Amino acid sequence: MIGGLFIYNHKGEVLISRVYRDDIGRNAVDAFRVNVIHARQQVRSPVTNIARTSFFHVKRSNIWLAAVTKQNVNATMVFEFLYKMCDVMSAYFGKISEENVKNNFVLIYELLDEILDFGYPQNSETGALKTFITQQGIKSQTKEEQSQITSQVTGQIGWRREGIKYRRNELFLDVLESVNLLMSPQGQVLSAHVSGRVVMKSYLSGMPECKFGMNDKIVIDKQGKGGSSEDGGKSGKQSIAIDDCTFHQCVRLSKFDSERSISFIPPDGDYELMRYRTTKDIILPFRVIPLVREVGRTKLEVKVVIKSNFKSSLLAQKIEVRIPTPLNTSGVQLICMKGKAKYKASENAIVWKIKRMAGMKESQISAEIELLPTNDKKKWARPPISMNFEVPFAPSGLKVRYLKVFEPKLNYSDHDVIKWVRYIGRSGIYETRC
Amino acid sequence: MQEWANQLCENRQFGSKMTDSKYFTTTKKGEIFELKAELNSDKKEKKKEAVKKVIASMTVGKDVSALFPDVVNCMQTDNLELKKLVYLYLMNYAKSQPDMAIMAVNTFVKDCEDPNPLIRALAVRTMGCIRVDKITEYLCEPLRKCLKDEDPYVRKTAAVCVAKLHDINAQLVEDQGFLDTLKDLISDSNPMVVANAVAALSEIAESHPNSNLLDLNPQTINKLLTALNECTEWGQIFILDCLANYTPRDDRESQSICERVTPRLSHANSAVVLSAVKVLMKFMEMLPKDLDYYGTLLKKLAPPLVTLLSAEPELQYVALRNINLIVQRRPEILKHEMKVFFVKYNDPIYVKLEKLDIMIRLASQANIAQVLAELKEYATEVDVDFVRKAVRAIGRCAIKVEQSAERCVSTLLDLIQTKVNYVVQEAIVVIKDIFRKYPNKYESVIATLCENLDSLDEPEARAAMIWIVGEYAERIDNADELLESFLEGFHDESTQVQLQLLTAIVKLFLKKPTETQELVQQVLSLATQDSDNPDLRDRGYIYWRLLSTDPVAAKEVVLAEKPLISEETDLIEPTLLEELICHIGTLASVYHKPPSAFVEGSRGVQHKRLPGSAGSGESVDSPDTVSAAGVSEAPPAVIPSQGDLLGDLLNLDLTPPTTSGPPPVPSSGMQMGAMDLLGGGLDSLMGDESEPPPIPLRTDTPQSPQLSHQSPSPPDYSPTELGGDLGGSPAMGAAFGAPPAVMPASFSAPVSGGLDDLFDLGGGVGMPMGAYSPPKTIWLPAMKAKGLEISGTFARRAGVIQMEMTLTNKAMSVMTDFAIQFNRNSFGLAPAGPLQVLTPLSPNQTIEVALPLSTVGPVMKMEPLSNLQVAVKNNIDVFYFSCQYPISMLFVEDGKMERQVFLATWKDIPNDNEAQFQIKDCHLNSDAASNKLQGSNVFTIAKRTVEGQDMLYQSMKLTNGIWVLAELRVQAGNPNYTISLKCRAPEVSQCVFQSYEAILKN
Repeated sequence: MIGGLFIYNHKGEVLISRVYRDDIGRNAVDAFRVNVIHARQQVRSPVTNIARTSFFHVKRSNIWLAAVTKQNVNATMVFEFLYKMCDVMSAYFGKISEENVKNNFVLIYELLDEILDFGYPQNSETGALKTFITQQGIKSQTKEEQSQITSQVTGQIGWRREGIKYRRNELFLDVLESVNLLMSPQGQVLSAHVSGRVVMKSYLSGMPECKFGMNDKIVIDKQGKGGSSEDGGKSGKQSIAIDDCTFHQCVRLSKFDSERSISFIPPDGDYELMRYRTTKDIILPFRVIPLVREVGRTKLEVKVVIKSNFKSSLLAQKIEVRIPTPLNTSGVQLICMKGKAKYKASENAIVWKIKRMAGMKESQISAEIELLPTNDKKKWARPPISMNFEVPFAPSGLKVRYLKVFEPKLNYSDHDVIKWVRYIGRSGIYETRC
Repeated sequence: MQEWANQLCENRQFGSKMTDSKYFTTTKKGEIFELKAELNSDKKEKKKEAVKKVIASMTVGKDVSALFPDVVNCMQTDNLELKKLVYLYLMNYAKSQPDMAIMAVNTFVKDCEDPNPLIRALAVRTMGCIRVDKITEYLCEPLRKCLKDEDPYVRKTAAVCVAKLHDINAQLVEDQGFLDTLKDLISDSNPMVVANAVAALSEIAESHPNSNLLDLNPQTINKLLTALNECTEWGQIFILDCLANYTPRDDRESQSICERVTPRLSHANSAVVLSAVKVLMKFMEMLPKDLDYYGTLLKKLAPPLVTLLSAEPELQYVALRNINLIVQRRPEILKHEMKVFFVKYNDPIYVKLEKLDIMIRLASQANIAQVLAELKEYATEVDVDFVRKAVRAIGRCAIKVEQSAERCVSTLLDLIQTKVNYVVQEAIVVIKDIFRKYPNKYESVIATLCENLDSLDEPEARAAMIWIVGEYAERIDNADELLESFLEGFHDESTQVQLQLLTAIVKLFLKKPTETQELVQQVLSLATQDSDNPDLRDRGYIYWRLLSTDPVAAKEVVLAEKPLISEETDLIEPTLLEELICHIGTLASVYHKPPSAFVEGSRGVQHKRLPGSAGSGESVDSPDTVSAAGVSEAPPAVIPSQGDLLGDLLNLDLTPPTTSGPPPVPSSGMQMGAMDLLGGGLDSLMGDESEPPPIPLRTDTPQSPQLSHQSPSPPDYSPTELGGDLGGSPAMGAAFGAPPAVMPASFSAPVSGGLDDLFDLGGGVGMPMGAYSPPKTIWLPAMKAKGLEISGTFARRAGVIQMEMTLTNKAMSVMTDFAIQFNRNSFGLAPAGPLQVLTPLSPNQTIEVALPLSTVGPVMKMEPLSNLQVAVKNNIDVFYFSCQYPISMLFVEDGKMERQVFLATWKDIPNDNEAQFQIKDCHLNSDAASNKLQGSNVFTIAKRTVEGQDMLYQSMKLTNGIWVLAELRVQAGNPNYTISLKCRAPEVSQCVFQSYEAILKN
């Protein structure tokens, strides 16, 4: 199991050092600093073995978190734990920065004592932790409160405490998708997938039982067989094929496995209910058509057309097209129909920004790139043209069908809950080779 | 790093002091004094601030142990936060101040009785972290109470505390009966308590490999599976990892566990997913392959594995390392998922390199076009390592998918045109492999390659280029000039290049003797007289003598036909792969090494294995693995570094025949004397001569078993090649590069000729007797062997191939010291033990000897296929003879194909490969024929009768995994049978037909 956990600043100075196992000596702290943080070469692996001791590290801004062990630990678990540790810390004091870590070091030690025992991760749900580890010192608790805390920390529903009350029961549901594309210069889709998340904010009283439904092909097909499909033939495709999905630990997995229904008792506040991935019938919001022509050895002509491919009533925002330029670029002349374009020498790219663009439109940029003559034999690698954007729909086609709330013990019903649903599609890695 | 290792060792000796003296000297005296005063302050707040300062100093490595009594004084407090800080201090310094630490015991014992469960748990948690013997004694009573505490939070903490205590004093834990209490906690009502108890027990069990601690039986398994649904994500991981150690009793239990584990594949936590994958991969081994559920399960595994690739890069890396293993074990799972392994522009380099590896493994005819297009893109990237690997991958695609070879070669040529130095070098190295794989096809590109001769500065590329020039010397007009140019700086070259240059020039000489005599003399003198490298000298002398004694023989040896190279590379040796599959998700799977290679002490040294399959599947108990098992226990020896040929050869040569002993067969290199002559195909040299030329040299050790153990390696070279080329392969050095740390021998004999499955050595033990064995014939007449007569035959008995010989001494003197060696042969036959002639053979005495054979020896295609060249030595001389074995003795016991597979395979094999023969004058009916054939492991899968003609469909499998399918037509009343044979390696058909004939007529 995890033998020790260290946090360093960018210089390699130790901010937090907690050793859980006897086989990890103090010098392990230095070994990591010398061999990884101060190493001359780029980090070649997130797992490093130094003198039969293994180090796992992740970086958050310029803070290094390292777990160390001498055993054959579950490596996946160690990384998951390090991420979890970051989540917990952010939930307590915001951004993980040197200053915040230093200011909260007592709290961090307290957390590390609680969520890692002898190197074994324990309950690390912030909802539960916050009931008894606080920044304002320990509140005196009554005996009832104490046993409530312990039963929650160890209980089946470790992510939610009892007795939560809201005057207004409200639910916010965001479908956040990132659409990824790799397209050949000829416009052939080399790979495309959507990785999506369903993120919720719930402010519900009591211990509500929730049920979430979407236009999952398997569910729809199953229902279709049973009765007649009433809303069949409506606009667009009705159901989507989900390649795979994973759920927050509050979701009853065995129920999903057998009935494919998503039921759960939600944590209070923010959480990520599910993640999913689709590869079929993806709506690609933009198409990029590049045209690069080499005029002699010292000039390049680049023309890029972008076409928006969604309903004309919808508006895409924060559009940015990034066209890489060779390293020996001496000057760039730009003409674009819409938005603003700039050559950024430090980034070796032309950045073309458009604030808003409606569906079914197209726009174009042309650039003349002057090159310095070089004797560098190596050809320019021509990195792909990348795009960023945000659209108000889900490129996978996912639709929320229902989100039902039941709380039999309290007197509010599904109708009393105010629910908000929002769809946001963003570009992931959206690249077209040129 | 070495220094740090030393420090670690020192630290161990000193009983691991927590402090570092150099920090001590930097601590100001005044600071400690100030803190002391503050700690003793009356004000609570001030006290707390002071303790915080102490902890901060401790964190940055200052020694604040001098404050021990003052800090401990603050322990008696109601303030939980302060208490926790003091405990933290105690955990760090108690060991250095054992006497004073006793002061804390009372508080701990008291806290363990506190009405607040959080405080009780805190006390028991902290006490376990204090590694002071005296305190440990006091811990037992409170711990016993806490294990039975009413509050689950205390119990789950106490469960872990047992593991802590066991780490300090294992005996104490056993004596106090804590292990039984811990076992009881597996039945606890609270899932988290169960999970922690499982974690603690698993850890304790690891250091007691033979104890029955984790007594997993269907009842406990059921409890664990129930808790699995209810506990935290971490608890689920503990339970799944524990489940993976269980071996279900039968396939039904296996299936029911799998069914309850599969829902975990949708968990958001990647570790839960991978641990579930581990359980499924392991238990799947037990499911019959024709079960519907088996297919369902395979389908369910792909999506979660793909999803892992959208996790954070560090997790992706771990996932990819694991997928690499899974793809090797069960390629069918991800064969359609090639696209997700395409490299993204901004992937971290460690993710890119791993993806590339998997892409090559998944490359097939179906997706090769896409893969090549991708690889071409990658070859223009920035990172040098990545580009090199991409170029190498293109070469590997060419070798793996024949249809793509042409495109690969033209892509490589394009890349050579870029003139980027390392790209060119890498391309030349892979092109050499392509030449080997497809002889006489792409040699037209040699001219382009020669243009780049000057830019090559890496030994591997230079050696590859020299190999090409030597191999195709007859087509390159100025080959002599090219090679001569290398010769100028001969002594500055690396050994790899020197050896290669020597061989290449000798090849050139043999091809164009008139013009190059001077050159060859020059290189021979450079190698033998001016070099102090024994390998180079040895090889030089061998060539020299060869050339001066018998140039014709030299030609046969040096220009011998080279065995084909295998398609798959970098494969992990199967027993290691099995072990690693049992360690999915762990560090072992990231390093691709067994835990014993990086974990100290007793932990994790147990070798895990996959359970045996239920169906007829691949039996792992072939006789070959028995000998292999011995080797696998050898310590993880030196890992030769890539490209260092000298080191490798020396290593191999100097290693004494290892203790546990690889198959003792071709131990040539080590023993001086006549036996050496038998090595490496030299025998062909000696032909009919009765007196072999005296060559008092140690030959290369191409047949040495150590060599062949390390075969899986980046370039596609089978070690056997060294023989034919007399060690002249340019890839020699690289061929041994960076193998996994421990490389048990077993199946590594590389089989050439595009054989289907290298590792599928069947041959389960204990099968019917009565396999056909031809009558003995005289192999070596007495007049040719100074009075020794040998007659013999081959037989397959209980799954073991035997060479049965009758040795007769027809001479006048006593014969002793018998030994036997085989030349390399088509199926890698090699003696599995020494020739057992115990007594001296007196004149006129006859002795029967049965020599068990293995099929892991070096491989070279013989003509005819079943030809075996044997050398027998006794105290008088060495004798050579050749004999032919019936191919039927290579038919293994698990050669029965399933009907569906048979049908599919029959269709799949192109009709060109079909061969038809007539068996005349056979008077058996079809059933009798079928029975007779079955005795020799020819299995009848189906029988069909059409118009009085019986059609028997039969299958057999050779020891090297080649399947042969047969259709035997028997017409009642007609003594002539017709047989059609289909096989992916059609050259075996003739031999198989002969065996049929022999078996049926016998």
